[in-house]
Amino acid sequence: MQNPFPSMYALPIFLGAAGVLSVATIVGWVLKQRYAPDEAHSTIDNLNSRIRAWWWMVGVLAVAFWLGKSGVIVLFGLLSFFALREFITLCYTRRGDHTVLLLSFFIALPMQYVLIWIDWYGLYSIFIPVYAFLILPIFAALGADTTRFLERASKVQWGLMICVFCLSHVPALMTLNITASDGRGYEGRNLLLIAFLVLVVQGSDVLQYIWGKLLGKHKVAPALSPSKTWEGLIGGVASATALGALVHGITPFTAGEAAMVALVICLMGFFGGLVMSAIKRDRGVKDWGSMIEGHGGMLDRLDSVVFAAPIFFHLVRYGWV
Amino acid sequence: MLESLVASLIIAFVKLLTGAQAFARGFRPHAAQRIYFANHASHGDFVLLWATLPPYLRRKARPVAGADYWNKSALRRYIAGRVFRAVLIDRERKENSPDPIEQMVEALSSGCSLILFPEGTRNTTDQILLPFKSGLFHLAARYPRAELVPVWINNLGRVMPKGEPLPIPLLCTVTFGATLPRIDGEDKAAFLQRARDALLALRPESPDDDTPSDAAMPPAVSKDTA
Repeated sequence: MQNPFPSMYALPIFLGAAGVLSVATIVGWVLKQRYAPDEAHSTIDNLNSRIRAWWWMVGVLAVAFWLGKSGVIVLFGLLSFFALREFITLCYTRRGDHTVLLLSFFIALPMQYVLIWIDWYGLYSIFIPVYAFLILPIFAALGADTTRFLERASKVQWGLMICVFCLSHVPALMTLNITASDGRGYEGRNLLLIAFLVLVVQGSDVLQYIWGKLLGKHKVAPALSPSKTWEGLIGGVASATALGALVHGITPFTAGEAAMVALVICLMGFFGGLVMSAIKRDRGVKDWGSMIEGHGGMLDRLDSVVFAAPIFFHLVRYGWV
Repeated sequence: MLESLVASLIIAFVKLLTGAQAFARGFRPHAAQRIYFANHASHGDFVLLWATLPPYLRRKARPVAGADYWNKSALRRYIAGRVFRAVLIDRERKENSPDPIEQMVEALSSGCSLILFPEGTRNTTDQILLPFKSGLFHLAARYPRAELVPVWINNLGRVMPKGEPLPIPLLCTVTFGATLPRIDGEDKAAFLQRARDALLALRPESPDDDTPSDAAMPPAVSKDTA
């Protein structure tokens, strides 16, 4: 029998997240009272802004889960919109790109999510890499402006791949017909795969931040990101992998499989952060935007998820469908 | 009532499209009568500037806009006249058209602030800022009580370039500068140069500057306090 409230499966995850955030809120408050009760303190104030923003993010995700499939698709469509807006803002574009950008924002982006809604895997998996890739430069060429043409066409395509195509693989997890490793069905519980992905990848970001702040000494990539350290990376990825294994009960995986999958998506998430940092350095900015208090822009928060989502999707599709 | 609803809708739309982020660099947002003067690249400029003002300043602020554009259709007339309460001036002055400076002074005399684009027309060239028309000088001389505040609007020209009917979403920033000091006896050219420099100094650095700037580059926006 089908559960009329599939989102209820995710309730323990959200309660767990709320518990962790409550502890974090208290810790942040105590730190503030002890070290900087009446003055600004950049690290502690930033920590508290981040925690406040996390409450919002968990809350928004909870509402989307409660609304079910349509809620999650609309949420990720909006996230794609905000991410692409940040990405294109930092790209060099010219007047001749206007049509291409209109098509990207108002046709390609909604179309990708509609294709996921109607579960047309054959098209949504190639729509942007093939059709948008070929058709958008045609409109750019018709703009008859050849200045830095290849650069402009490439950047729009890159933006669509990162902000729309890759990110849309998160709600696409809802379309998979999964058989769990123990042979049981998984109908109606696909939202939990999204919960697993977000929990592990974002958990990995947070744990890397915590390990890095506590023990971080040796920088991984000083040219790209001054805040990423080996101590943070190893501690964060190891503990997020353990977290993935711990919550394997919500997934179709065994504990060992969950750990392996978690390790892969944590590493993809870490390298995603590095790639997106490289772009920011090149453009001379610290953050993609300022939408999320304490975190920066939408892409600053989503960079790891963007790189992990398609790999996670195809791992699951290959192994458990 | 309907006007304030329409205004809220327009603000929500502008925020969705542009993020409408405001920075204050030397600007103190206390209630005062002001002439906000800004660069002009898009018909949406005054909408964005207006949307980023805090509500108590927004209620007082009236844009100065070209009658030829905003009188063209009933919808534009409604938005310009009722929602923004724009001071519509005739840019191609005929015999019988009112003196624009008089119109602006009249609006200021009723206690309002003005949003003014001293370039006089939209900048669709590759230049960063067009030469200022003399209107700002005459207005400042006629109404010395108003604070002169430079405002740099960044990126909106990319959102809706000239001739394109539909806008694309891009993050835009609006940077409010410090009040331009008044200097007694300053001549027109010196005043306009000073106003222009104050406006250019607010311009955020862009890695795509192909065009040489005629002003020293200010530090990046991100260091400012919002």
